[in-house]
Amino acid sequence: MNADRADAVLDVPVTRARWTAFASIGPTAGAVLLLAIVALVAMTQGAAAIPVRTTLGMLLDRLPLIAIDQDVPATWDRIVFDVRLPRIVAAGLVGAALAYSGTAYQGVFRNPLADPFLLGVASGAGFGAAIAIISPLPSSAYGFGWVPVFAFVGAIATVSLVYAAARSAPGSQGATLILAGVALSAVLSAGISFILLTGGERARPILSFIFGGFNTASWERVIAALPYIVVGAVVVASHSRVMNVLQLDGEQAAQLGVNVTRSTLIILAAASLMAAAAVSVAGIIGFVGLIVPHSARMLVGWDHRRLLPVAALGGAAFLIAADLASRTILAPEEIPVGVLTAMIGGPFFLYLLRTRRVDGGR
Amino acid sequence: MVATQPDRAAVAAPLLSVEDLTVRIGRKTLVDCVSLEVARGEVVGLVGPNGAGKSTLLRAISGVQSTAAGEVRIEGRSAVALGRRELAKRLAVVQQLPEAPSAMLVSELVLLGRHPHLGWFDRESGRDARIARLAMSRAGCLELADREVGTLSGGERRRAFIARALAQEAELLLLDEPTANLDAGAQAEVCDLLRTLASDDVGVLVVLHDLTLAASTCDRVILLAEGRVVATGSPDEVITAEHVARMYGPGVAVLRHPEDGRPIVVPALGSRR
Repeated sequence: MNADRADAVLDVPVTRARWTAFASIGPTAGAVLLLAIVALVAMTQGAAAIPVRTTLGMLLDRLPLIAIDQDVPATWDRIVFDVRLPRIVAAGLVGAALAYSGTAYQGVFRNPLADPFLLGVASGAGFGAAIAIISPLPSSAYGFGWVPVFAFVGAIATVSLVYAAARSAPGSQGATLILAGVALSAVLSAGISFILLTGGERARPILSFIFGGFNTASWERVIAALPYIVVGAVVVASHSRVMNVLQLDGEQAAQLGVNVTRSTLIILAAASLMAAAAVSVAGIIGFVGLIVPHSARMLVGWDHRRLLPVAALGGAAFLIAADLASRTILAPEEIPVGVLTAMIGGPFFLYLLRTRRVDGGR
Repeated sequence: MVATQPDRAAVAAPLLSVEDLTVRIGRKTLVDCVSLEVARGEVVGLVGPNGAGKSTLLRAISGVQSTAAGEVRIEGRSAVALGRRELAKRLAVVQQLPEAPSAMLVSELVLLGRHPHLGWFDRESGRDARIARLAMSRAGCLELADREVGTLSGGERRRAFIARALAQEAELLLLDEPTANLDAGAQAEVCDLLRTLASDDVGVLVVLHDLTLAASTCDRVILLAEGRVVATGSPDEVITAEHVARMYGPGVAVLRHPEDGRPIVVPALGSRR
């Protein structure tokens, strides 16, 4: 069979498949715009309301070659750049990482419910982080924090256990995967609580891991987690087409030249690295990796080359918005953002259970 | 003399050669020391009663079923040594019940067949799209290109997955019961397609349940029972009254086609006492 003979069948209208090559530009641009608007609004809202125009001016002024003369109180400058901006960047980064890793887990497990929280990966990372916090290790060595490293080990151990349980289980792998994840998550959460309650003063920071939030966000934490998230994202993104082939069953993927076991392990490790880094910044925030990828899939379809960027942008916008809500709804009180995402995510999970089969109902 | 020259030997090597392939699962031997060959331009049928090990044999040849012994060679080169990717360029498989996300378009499914030919960061080019389009037209599913896989009937689904395998542009095609659950017309279309592929120098190894269909489609037939090759040869030599009675019991009779003399297997009701 050679390509020239294809000319005979070329005289057909452009198909939907060719059109969809461009179809992701709209949703991607939309997601970028949404992210920009959400981030800008988040910068203006809070205890001190700063006008949008003024905030924009302050941001542009910081850019090289642009000078904008406006009369801004010094406190506003500190509020925007030292308080709100790191928090927004942290929320955006964590949201993107959680949505990205959720998309990767769902792609590898072929299960729309595979989310870092439901798989127990988030709790595993939290448990690892808790151990790092109470251990006598220095908080950082050679510029690398121990917390993300321990969180990664916890995340990898958890996803390995859950994966092994689902593989060896009789019957529905999809359901087993999530059940094993939820069960392991319960055990690990209990472990975190135990460490918190018996660890004394030293264990106090663990509390913020349990609820998940950005009230302790700082540039240092963002910068400590950034390399892990970038590395994880690059590895996952480079496997986009492999993940597309993995949407077929494992045997077909193998017969199409994919080394299924190796690719699966690499993608799972990269996704877990991202999830662990997210947890080490903000603690356990559930359901972002469930809601966002699902919504993105409805917009741009199953192809991971289109899906992953939209999921990342959407995850960032979603978590910035959720964090904004968490600090403004009951101001001056703050609702932990993990509580808020769980209140949205729980019902969403039930909706997914009702409308889609856990296996193959993709 | 010729065999001592390695490059000549490679040219002379058959497209597919399977030597003493054995598959064991637990203590059960599913495929027992099977050897076979498929040449270019040849349709080879794999027949036998249920549980004979036909599907397992195909899965073992394609490298997704681990083997206890034996070797699979493509044009003289070991399939294991080739690696998954190189193997997928040479050998394409249509499984019995393949899965795909229901939201995937048929055109997208078929384009996945180009995967082994694409580099790490390549996107499918216009050429890949053309090859996919040609594969769909050959498999008779071009009009399904914009349909979602989840909306297809059994026969349409089968054609879509055959097109996906054709898009691999492999010189060797393995099919596991491609005619199951198809109506008579669709069965004939699939068998016609296999003949056309063979005339384009593709080697085809196909599991068929229907002995009459196997007899009319295949150049050679391999009869498998309990994991072993019982008979191999032309349809005339293999699908005989004796073999059929031994494999399938006394309830079936073998007739001859009045024009080409090929075997026709029909139920012989009332012969069972």
